[in-house]
Amino acid sequence: MELREALYKYLLRIGDTSLIAGQRLAEWVSEGPTLEEDIALTNISLDLFGQARAALSYAAEVQGKGATEDSLTYLRSEREYYNTLLSELPNGNFANTIANQFLNDAYLYHFYTALGKSKDEKLAAFAIKSVKEVRYHLRHTGEWVVRLGDGTEESKNKMQSAIDDVWMFTGDLFEMDEVDETLIEMGIGVDLNEIKRSWDTTVNKVLERATITRPEDGYMQTGRLDGQHTEYLGHILSELQYLQRAHPGAEW
Amino acid sequence: MMVEIVSESKVWEWLNEVPDPEIPVISVVELGVVRSINILDDKNIEVVITPTYSGCPAMNIFEEDIEKKLKEKGFENVALTTVLSPAWTTDWIKDDVLDKLEKYGIAPPVKGTADKGALFESGPKVVRCPKCKSETTVLVSQFGSTACKALYTCSSCHEPFEYFKCI
Ligand SMILES: [Zn+2]
Repeated sequence: MELREALYKYLLRIGDTSLIAGQRLAEWVSEGPTLEEDIALTNISLDLFGQARAALSYAAEVQGKGATEDSLTYLRSEREYYNTLLSELPNGNFANTIANQFLNDAYLYHFYTALGKSKDEKLAAFAIKSVKEVRYHLRHTGEWVVRLGDGTEESKNKMQSAIDDVWMFTGDLFEMDEVDETLIEMGIGVDLNEIKRSWDTTVNKVLERATITRPEDGYMQTGRLDGQHTEYLGHILSELQYLQRAHPGAEW
Repeated sequence: MMVEIVSESKVWEWLNEVPDPEIPVISVVELGVVRSINILDDKNIEVVITPTYSGCPAMNIFEEDIEKKLKEKGFENVALTTVLSPAWTTDWIKDDVLDKLEKYGIAPPVKGTADKGALFESGPKVVRCPKCKSETTVLVSQFGSTACKALYTCSSCHEPFEYFKCI
């Protein structure tokens, strides 16, 4: 596979995951269980949007066909999005949001830590910057998993159900194809098998402390690599893209 | 007529007059957002900046304010280049600026705690109340009114305050 094509797709996968996770968390604006939590979730959302902008503007540059971070965001259809399925799942109750976000944060934390050593200088700089922010996100959601899991009977049940419900989407995080192989060979990309091991350690440590039982790995729903999504992404995009689709080129 | 080109130190001085839009007691230079300056000639200048946080909404204001200031001073074209490396860190903020933050009512970042572990490894850290200087304070939330601040409450004077968190 050609380097430019592989790097472009790799950057879309990174940028799309941040963008969609950020959009999901933004739905918590004014709906948070407490004022502090409202502010926390939307601060995390803002960091994710910033990371998405950096990754997607680099993707546009690599593609070299006149795209911009905005055109990539507003004008691609569902099947042209390559975010993780985990990032597009509905917020559900607060425990669902925390479970989804925690598993995503643990993934991004280890992924960006490894990507910081990429031979692509721009990608490495982006990863080193991002991991500083993700460290705070992971600390936040990890502490909530413990607080809810090791809390009251009701909070524990909700946290356990949330982890059980989302588990079948975690296999998707670690799927690889020729895009990954091409970039790993060149020292640019990250081996997701290694990320899986670090992710397991982090997740196990938190779940144990939270007295939550780690679900068995069973059937895993995947699709990220080919742009195959759950039914939820279309709804996110219809809201995210509405203005630019209805009024092409509209500006503030 | 000879065109006199302004010195780099003069430009740093001007930029030091551009305040952080969210914390007006410190400047964009003191915050560490301005990384370098390239004076191309008497009309053209490049300013290299780095974002504090990836999604910091103040970055656009920083850019507009820097451009405005340099145009006031006679430059016609101000090119702003954003770099991500080295990644911005609160460790760059100098001691006298930390004092300014505290006087303004924001607890300054505790030096050297920027790169602590992600989970349960942050260890005990003393964040002093900027109002009564008590060292008995409690973290309320890692996230505050802007990306760069956490929320604390003082156990002595019972006032809430913001902490400029380490990154
Ligand atoms: Zn106090």
